[in-house]
Amino acid sequence: MLLDDIREILEEAQKSIDKAESMEKSEELRVKYLGKKGELTKILRTMGGLTPEERKKVGQFANEARNAIQNRITDKMDEFKKRQQELKFKAETVDVTEPGKVHVLGAKHPITQTIDEMTRIFMNMGFSLAEGPEVETVFMNFDALNAGPNHPSRDMTDTFYITDKTLLRTQTSPVQARTLLSQDPPLRIISPGRVYRCDTPDATHSPVFHQVEGLVVAEGITMADLKGTLSEFARQMFGPDTKTKFRPHHFPFTEPSAEVDVSCFKCGGKGCKVCKGSGWIEILGCGMVHPNVLRIGGIDTEKYTGFAFGIGVERIAMLKYEIDDIRMFYENDERFLAQFR
Amino acid sequence: MLVSVNWLKDYVDIDVPVREFADRMILSGSNIETVEEIGNKFSKIQVARIEKITPHPNADKLVICQLDVGEDELLQVVTGAKNVFEGALVPVIRHGGRLPDGTVIKKGKLRGEVSNGMLCSAEELGYEDKVIAKELKDGIWILDGDFKPGTDIKDALEIEDSVIDFEITPNRPDCLSMLGMAREAAAVFGKKKKEPAISAENEEGDVNEYISVEDKKPDLCPRYTARVIKDVKIGPSPWWMQKRLMHGGMRPVNNIVDITNFVMMEYGQPLHAFDINHLKGGKIVIDTAEDGTKFTTLDGVERELDSSMLMINDADGPVAVAGVMGGLNSEITENTDTVVLESANFNGDSVRLTAKKLGLRTEASGKFEKGIDANLCARAADRFCRLVEELGCGTVVGGSVDVYPEVQAPRPLDVRVSRINKVLGTDIPGQDMADIFRSLEMEAELNGDIIHVVPPTVRQDLNIEEDYVEEVARMYGYDRLPVTLPAGGSAASMTKNETIRGKAREILTAYGLDEILTYSFVSPESVDKVNVSETDLMHRNFVKIINPLGEDTSVMRTMLIPSMMSTLERNNARGNKAVRLFEIGKIFNDSKINCDGMPAEADGLCIGIYGGGADFFVLKGYIEGLLDHLGIRDAEFSAESGLATYHPGRCANIISNGEMIGTMGQIRPDVAERYGISEEVYCCELLFSVIIGQTNTEIIYKALPKYPAVTRDIAMTVDEKITVRELEDEIRAEGGNILESIELFDVYRGIQIAPGKKSVAFALTYRVPDRTLTDDEVSSRQHKIVESLETKFGAELRKM
Repeated sequence: MLLDDIREILEEAQKSIDKAESMEKSEELRVKYLGKKGELTKILRTMGGLTPEERKKVGQFANEARNAIQNRITDKMDEFKKRQQELKFKAETVDVTEPGKVHVLGAKHPITQTIDEMTRIFMNMGFSLAEGPEVETVFMNFDALNAGPNHPSRDMTDTFYITDKTLLRTQTSPVQARTLLSQDPPLRIISPGRVYRCDTPDATHSPVFHQVEGLVVAEGITMADLKGTLSEFARQMFGPDTKTKFRPHHFPFTEPSAEVDVSCFKCGGKGCKVCKGSGWIEILGCGMVHPNVLRIGGIDTEKYTGFAFGIGVERIAMLKYEIDDIRMFYENDERFLAQFR
Repeated sequence: MLVSVNWLKDYVDIDVPVREFADRMILSGSNIETVEEIGNKFSKIQVARIEKITPHPNADKLVICQLDVGEDELLQVVTGAKNVFEGALVPVIRHGGRLPDGTVIKKGKLRGEVSNGMLCSAEELGYEDKVIAKELKDGIWILDGDFKPGTDIKDALEIEDSVIDFEITPNRPDCLSMLGMAREAAAVFGKKKKEPAISAENEEGDVNEYISVEDKKPDLCPRYTARVIKDVKIGPSPWWMQKRLMHGGMRPVNNIVDITNFVMMEYGQPLHAFDINHLKGGKIVIDTAEDGTKFTTLDGVERELDSSMLMINDADGPVAVAGVMGGLNSEITENTDTVVLESANFNGDSVRLTAKKLGLRTEASGKFEKGIDANLCARAADRFCRLVEELGCGTVVGGSVDVYPEVQAPRPLDVRVSRINKVLGTDIPGQDMADIFRSLEMEAELNGDIIHVVPPTVRQDLNIEEDYVEEVARMYGYDRLPVTLPAGGSAASMTKNETIRGKAREILTAYGLDEILTYSFVSPESVDKVNVSETDLMHRNFVKIINPLGEDTSVMRTMLIPSMMSTLERNNARGNKAVRLFEIGKIFNDSKINCDGMPAEADGLCIGIYGGGADFFVLKGYIEGLLDHLGIRDAEFSAESGLATYHPGRCANIISNGEMIGTMGQIRPDVAERYGISEEVYCCELLFSVIIGQTNTEIIYKALPKYPAVTRDIAMTVDEKITVRELEDEIRAEGGNILESIELFDVYRGIQIAPGKKSVAFALTYRVPDRTLTDDEVSSRQHKIVESLETKFGAELRKM
């Protein structure tokens, strides 16, 4: 009798749970059938007149029914939760093609970036940074660097003068002269900085530009070391496959002297617009430090040898970024600068 | 230095293609600018003889030529040229032929008359205007020689050639000559150089009967050689010589002048020819000029001389500026019958200064400036005589006058094989080095580690051992030297200045500012344009450039704002919105002269912004952030209304540790207007060197608080004139040791606030490190603060 009642409740409950259309309705049904005053509980209260055996049987059956109803409700609830979540996700869907919210970083000037890159490479090879004044003495800029009193670069058509004894440095090598005068070998320095020459601005000339110059003085420094150092620089600066070509040249500061070409880093040496079809690009001048220069620094030229080099930063930056007019660097149009972010 | 490869082949046997020749010359130190092919860029041009010229029936300015082109029939061509005549040999381009500029010539009718081609000028065959003889400049090329009509012009004139433009470095003036380049080429290719013939075969008479030479300045004129040619017949030089000159970049003039130029190009020794009839007294005196003397040079310009200038004089006065240019008074003319040839050596510095003073740089002065071997004089003079004879343009008079008091002897040197190898990092045998020296026409004797070298006197660049290191290196080949990295070395270091500049750049770019670089020199008026006070010496004591490019770039900048404003002006004019820029650069000042006589030089930092919501506090935020990251935490901003560059109510001086570190604010609108900017512009000028001095990037960890904080807000209405700093200072004073921090979170002015007042709101955080504060403690302290603000500043508390 009781078992039939329970069975009836179970069937009725299952039917109504299946029909339930909301979480709230499901909860109502749980209370109705399984709550403290629920229908199943009510029936169990009438078990008083039963034999222990019957009671055990009925109890067992009632528990099974309870679990069945509970499971059915839980499943139903899960189903509703899942559906609700889906609706929420749908409502929260974004258009992934809309632009992101950016905090725009500014850019270091391309010249600064190029100097920083060169500095990093040379510092990794043990070169320390050295700085010096931009208004220099004629002595440091020319005499100490073995440029004789009649050297054409001293002309007023080439060099800006402040007085007959001071000028705007035409190279950063005077920093090297200062270092030679103030420090003892071994020396390994680079001096990046601003230099000045009497050139009217046009696409390839600027009266203000930047150089990175380097100096190594120690016992046993050879021209082979010069080749090795600058070849390594070229590979790090322009790519691991970069080849270098050392051509004899002449500078008052060095003897022997060389100009260095690198295989074109745009076309790999096949010939293109950047290398003007030759496959090679001239990037720097260098050589073994002239004994006169070492002597001015009071250095024993029999014991010590050294090499030096000078690189024009604007030239490298123009080649690297394919900028065809040097004046762009000093116009500082924000649309130009922003490209180097 | 233009070198015709065909000409060079007269002295060295070059048996490799031009490209390979050029590459190997470059690797041995003779760098090359360009290699130009001449005489092969056209087609179908032949030699033609003009048989008949008839007027054009329909055009006054045209004539009809019947040409013999070696075919059965005559070729009719119409031309407008004026210099044609019957019997002349001329180049004609046939139907379908192509000119060097790419033009294809087609037959057609000119004003109704058939023209089967075109008569050509030298320019149309590819020669530059500056090398074409004057009489041929405006007309058809009249060929001088015996050419068969119909012959291809390339075969008749043999003009196909390669011209290499060598970049000769200043230490190698000996290479500014065909024989100098031949010496290099012979060494590179292991050949023997062929010397040109220099002795005349038939000489007549004695030079001393014609001329005497007195050298009063042997220091300025170490050698003077003169020879004489009589029975001179002035006329054009033969085509082979003209061609050599033209391919070397010189214009043919007449036989005597052409030979002087030819020999100058061959030996690098400038020669000058005088008409003896214009040399008064038959004598040449070398002496400096008298101040103020007037003298007319060959180019027809009258010039004023001074006592530093070396002149060639006759018995009456100057006839030439030594080593620079001859005088109009002794010029060779068509009527010249006797020529004195000067082959002299002049001091390079003296020639350079004279040429500079006269504003007259010539081929000859350029060569003397760079230094010439005095031993060349006689050889070049003899070579001149030989060519005069070969060309049949005169009779060589026997002997020469040669004033050469101090003969320049070769300068031998002992060089060490071991030293050369030590510098190069090589192991080249001494014998190989000696061979290299010999290939360059030096005597070299190897004895153990020593090579005794005697260079030819033309090689004035070889003085010390290192010069010979270079000779070995370049002939051995830089490409064959080993490649190593320097041994030893120590950890690299960065300067403090550059480290902090780098950090500043990182901070400011992270805030979205772009870095600019501007010229270090500006116009002295640039400070006027930003209203810098007349008495502000810090910004007006300019370091001035003696020889600036122009007034606009004549002084070194004392501040960065003027350049920043010009940059903002350009950006604004180009329509760039919301611009945020900064510059770190050197500023200069002449008032603080350093002990070594150098002007003061310091780092400046400038920020300039407009648009995109730029205001005072945006700029202040950048500066505060920058200073904070550089460890400068106590900088004070104090209102400044006395600087005419800035808005008087929106300007502040920035002070840290008692030092002025900069000024910031809104650029006065009328100043901004001068740069065409109508928006608000904000700039700061920071004394970055001072900031670098105060920078402290050391970081020491502070333990995180163990006990909770209590935060209370406070909002009040105060008079506009009360500053936030005054309020903060008061709060801090009353808050005592339990007040951890104050944060301003709102400043409000508006309808709910009485005019002349503002509402200010702070969040106060209370905390002590060793316990939790009680509510009472905080409340009583907060109460004291409020009371004090009310009494001191008349603050009215607002309900939050």
